[in-house]
Amino acid sequence: MSLLANWYDFRDLGNPVARLIEALQDAGLSGGWIYAISGLLGAIGILSFVGVAAVINIWIERRLIGRIQVRRGPNRVGPFGLLQPVADAIKLIQKEALQPDNADGIMFTLAPIVIFIPAILAFSVLPWGEHMVLADLNVGVLFLLALSSTTTIIIFMAGYASNNKYAILGSMRVIAMLISYELPVVLALLGVVLFAGTMSLTGIVSFQETYWSWLIFFQPLAFLIFLLGSTAELNRTPADIAEAESEIVAGFHIEYSGMKFGLFYAVELVNTVAVSAIIASLFFGGWWTYGLEEFIPGWILFIGKIYSIYFIFIWFRGTLPRFRVDQLMAFAWKVLLPLALINAMMVALEIFIWTEYEISAGIVLPIFAVVNFALAGVLIVGFGRVMSRTMERFPKLPRLVKDIDVPLPEPSTA
Amino acid sequence: MLEEFGRAGFLLMFALAFPILPIVASVVFGVFKMRPRRPDPIKTATYECGVETEGDALGQFNVRYYVYALIFVVFDVEILLLYPWAVALPTAGLAGFVAGALFLAILVVGFAYDWAKKALEWV
Repeated sequence: MSLLANWYDFRDLGNPVARLIEALQDAGLSGGWIYAISGLLGAIGILSFVGVAAVINIWIERRLIGRIQVRRGPNRVGPFGLLQPVADAIKLIQKEALQPDNADGIMFTLAPIVIFIPAILAFSVLPWGEHMVLADLNVGVLFLLALSSTTTIIIFMAGYASNNKYAILGSMRVIAMLISYELPVVLALLGVVLFAGTMSLTGIVSFQETYWSWLIFFQPLAFLIFLLGSTAELNRTPADIAEAESEIVAGFHIEYSGMKFGLFYAVELVNTVAVSAIIASLFFGGWWTYGLEEFIPGWILFIGKIYSIYFIFIWFRGTLPRFRVDQLMAFAWKVLLPLALINAMMVALEIFIWTEYEISAGIVLPIFAVVNFALAGVLIVGFGRVMSRTMERFPKLPRLVKDIDVPLPEPSTA
Repeated sequence: MLEEFGRAGFLLMFALAFPILPIVASVVFGVFKMRPRRPDPIKTATYECGVETEGDALGQFNVRYYVYALIFVVFDVEILLLYPWAVALPTAGLAGFVAGALFLAILVVGFAYDWAKKALEWV
């Protein structure tokens, strides 16, 4: 698909924008103005998607969880309950915004605003089409990781500013959990970066296009680690120890009410879409879908992939109960981190063999796919066996009273 | 490359406008008396499940959180150093591969030490 296609070629929205910029150049506009206009157009495009997604996802998520839990979900406001998000927003805006007396006022207000920045900025490096990317950074993956670790600080900001014991406890839990899960996630992405040989998101997608295969076929273990790790990073239900209602009431946003609470609720949905989009472009080819993007616009396929992965997250949420803190920590440090380390080493070895002996990709890539799938299967099954055996070897049975040698008083025969 | 970061900056401006808009809307609602604003000492006290608030929230904290943070800092810095190596590996040859493998091996030794010392237990 060349850049000089017709302006009405909407398979790649980069085309109409490029034609518009050409027209503006012909009209004699200076470079700075053109740069500003193209940046603004891209930002408006991304933000309209994020805005629509944040509103629609409330409905999708509540309906689907309703279906999973054998109930109806919201179905009264508008057709199929579609206007439920609007009703929610109006209700939240009208609520009284309380602020505790001994809260830190500025940070208390700032936290729900700032928490949107990493969530939305993550979309700036994602490619929606061949020429349809806002900021094609050559350190794209590193940029995404930096953004995801910023969220930790902002959540602690909210908990600290509330000056509430539950909030502090929740935000300390968030920090402990997020930093634990960051290591396996970073190592899983290291495998992808090693395989594609570039940190740019555009480069990773074009790698998949060049070798005519999605990266999930070469990196199944990295995909699983990233999926589970990001479920924890998103604070979603199997791992939502930060806001566990039954333990610490609502965690870090316990003192928030009205629209500020609504922003915390909305950012979770935006974050989930952002992570789904990252998974879709790293492991499922982004806009590239085995030539299908010639007929259906690539960005529509990309949105389809995002929502397919978002469905997995909703499925987790509807099915799994909440884990205990110690279980989550042990899972991150003792299962995911060793698996991610082995995966990274394996990929480094494969890439070294591939480049050092200059074997053609047609021979070597199918072998890598088979090897990596076998490795993933062996590691998951074997690691599960080993870990469960050590658990069984030291059973912690409660000591019964009859095992303790305490002489019982003689029954009196008087 | 800075041009590309500048485009992300355009998105940053909008990312700030996105949450500020609802907050401003709720403030406007308050100005037009469409939103209640009746704070009283009980309402604005720190929430503690219905009982009266006791003391300050910021006290001493369990050490286990800090142990994890300490291990994390060491690991994260080392792992981030692997990213440039990952991009340069195809051109680095055998020496590059061995250097990276040694680096990862040192990481694994440290991790095994932490595990053996029971620093990873949540007690």
